[in-house]
Amino acid sequence: MTVLKQKKDQKADQQTIVKVENLKKYFPIKGGILKRTIGHVKAVDDVSFEIKKGETLGVVGESGSGKSTLGRMILRLLEPTEGKIVFEDQDITHLSNRKMRSLRKDMQIVFQDPFASLNSKMSIREIIEEPLLVQTSMSKKERQEKVVSLLEKVGLQPDDRVKYPHEFSGGQRQRISIARALAINPKFIIGDEPVSALDVSIQAQVLNLMKDLQDEFDLTYLFISHDLSVVRHISDRVAVMYLGRIVELASKKEIYENPLHPYTQALLSSIPTTDIDRKKEKITLSGDLPSPSNPPSGCAFRTRCPLVHERCAEERPEFNDMGEGHFVACHLFDKPSIRDEEVKQEKDMH
Amino acid sequence: METATSQPPNKNPEFNEFNSSKVKKSKSPFQLAFRRFLKNKLAVMGVITLFIIVIMSFAAPLLTDHSPTKTNLLMVERPPSEEHILGTDSSGRDIWSRLLYGSRVSLTVGFSAMLFTLILGVIIGSIAGYYGGKIDNIIMRITDMVLALPFLVLTLTIISLVPKVSVPLLVTIIALTAWPNMARIIRGSFLSLREQEFVLGARAIGASDFRIIFKHLIPNAIGPIVVNATLMMATMIIIESGLSFIGMGIPQPQPTWGNMLSDAQNIRILRDHWYAWIPPGFCILVTVLAINFIGDGLRDAFDPKSDRR
Repeated sequence: MTVLKQKKDQKADQQTIVKVENLKKYFPIKGGILKRTIGHVKAVDDVSFEIKKGETLGVVGESGSGKSTLGRMILRLLEPTEGKIVFEDQDITHLSNRKMRSLRKDMQIVFQDPFASLNSKMSIREIIEEPLLVQTSMSKKERQEKVVSLLEKVGLQPDDRVKYPHEFSGGQRQRISIARALAINPKFIIGDEPVSALDVSIQAQVLNLMKDLQDEFDLTYLFISHDLSVVRHISDRVAVMYLGRIVELASKKEIYENPLHPYTQALLSSIPTTDIDRKKEKITLSGDLPSPSNPPSGCAFRTRCPLVHERCAEERPEFNDMGEGHFVACHLFDKPSIRDEEVKQEKDMH
Repeated sequence: METATSQPPNKNPEFNEFNSSKVKKSKSPFQLAFRRFLKNKLAVMGVITLFIIVIMSFAAPLLTDHSPTKTNLLMVERPPSEEHILGTDSSGRDIWSRLLYGSRVSLTVGFSAMLFTLILGVIIGSIAGYYGGKIDNIIMRITDMVLALPFLVLTLTIISLVPKVSVPLLVTIIALTAWPNMARIIRGSFLSLREQEFVLGARAIGASDFRIIFKHLIPNAIGPIVVNATLMMATMIIIESGLSFIGMGIPQPQPTWGNMLSDAQNIRILRDHWYAWIPPGFCILVTVLAINFIGDGLRDAFDPKSDRR
């Protein structure tokens, strides 16, 4: 709680568009003859953050760290197990499907796989028109005009509307997905690894397109990726996820120049560089990502952490502010003052 | 990545080339499937054969002057002649005329039972596959129960309780016992389709369940649905013929291919009067084969992986 309060004070000038509090998603594991729940996959485990209007929050993490689950939960495409999602000061965690449906015009998503995210049986016009049909009461002519203008916005030809998805390349399909997401003028767009499936040269084009559109339409992005260079290109702030938890959250500059968490440091050292003079020591992590159904006790990263010590196995590190909105969850950076405060608060509550 | 500059979007080389030629209407996936279908000779032959059979059944009054039900005890079991092209049966009815009119019953039963089964199967299968969870569980257990009922015993029981078997009754009985297969196929494809990103995308724009099922899921599952519906129609025709053959289907004097064959239960007719049972048997064979070829052709057309070009 303290953490959130501090965060709010810091950036009070900017309006918060999305706020996530202690969000959890546990997928039950069913087993046995009676299909009883015998365990949980903790895909997202107690995550809290805020996104300010107009900014881009990048989320990085390796496969299975819960990035996509997090994104889908914010859009309520998956039901959270616990926690709270606030969109523009409205708690949408338990909103009924019907109420949610009308809210969906403000939040959209662009998916990773450009070959699975477009219905192959629909023409481009039908695909981009669908949000307009569902959310607005535009006439056929208005919709047609909107489709043409959207296609031009994302750098496609108006004539492309009569075509079908199989006639386009991955990059073009991703532009179509972006056009669909933009159709109903959303305020907030989640990019769920929108460029991961594309060639590097096409990645740059799509990223730049997203940036241009952000300026033009005053969009807020939550940008999910496993690619640190991509996140660096587009983000204002970056959150690093490991095994369903955010281990570090800071401005782009802070994360890339002054990473605190050992995991972030290891990730950054793995970015290939073309600069011969700048020799970097590479931190190699041993072992695999532990199973999210049975995460390590205490700090989830302790099994692979080069700086592991006793305390890491005993208690889960708090998500502490190290100043200037640089949050880190690691026992190496525990601030005793904050910790004591927390303990006291807890005691008071009981 | 860092150095890539933002270009004006429509100056990207990636697609300019693509659209330099004049716009022509693109082929939809269904049109492409149709073209693949036309390249399959066996399937096209099946369509032509079936078409001829349908035309003949519609044009029956033009192709014969004889009534299919009028008996003439002076003209019993006559061999083919100018007057009776295929001879007469044991009650003196014209076989050619009965063959033509009989096709109406066989095709009607086959087609309407298929349609009825399709509607039931699509509705039940969609609900189970789309909603999943408890609803799916309940529906699938009911499906298992219906599948476990022995079809023939059930049908014979119902038919023996009813004074007069009519075409609608027969269609209803067949459909009510055949829908579980269709429902399972649709449920299966929906279960895999609903996890795909384009369905999530449709939910993200706030599309209703109805819209998602009819606009996104069914068009993508249309291949297996159409193929199975076609093959099912062939099965329905055989079921009707079988029931009529053993005297449990459409009763005399209304002609059907199946009850025409029942004459052949008499060993004397089987041996001496081939013209009484070969034609209806041949008609059933040709119709069912034609429909099966069409079904196979549709399967190849809808599944590009089986495309051998």
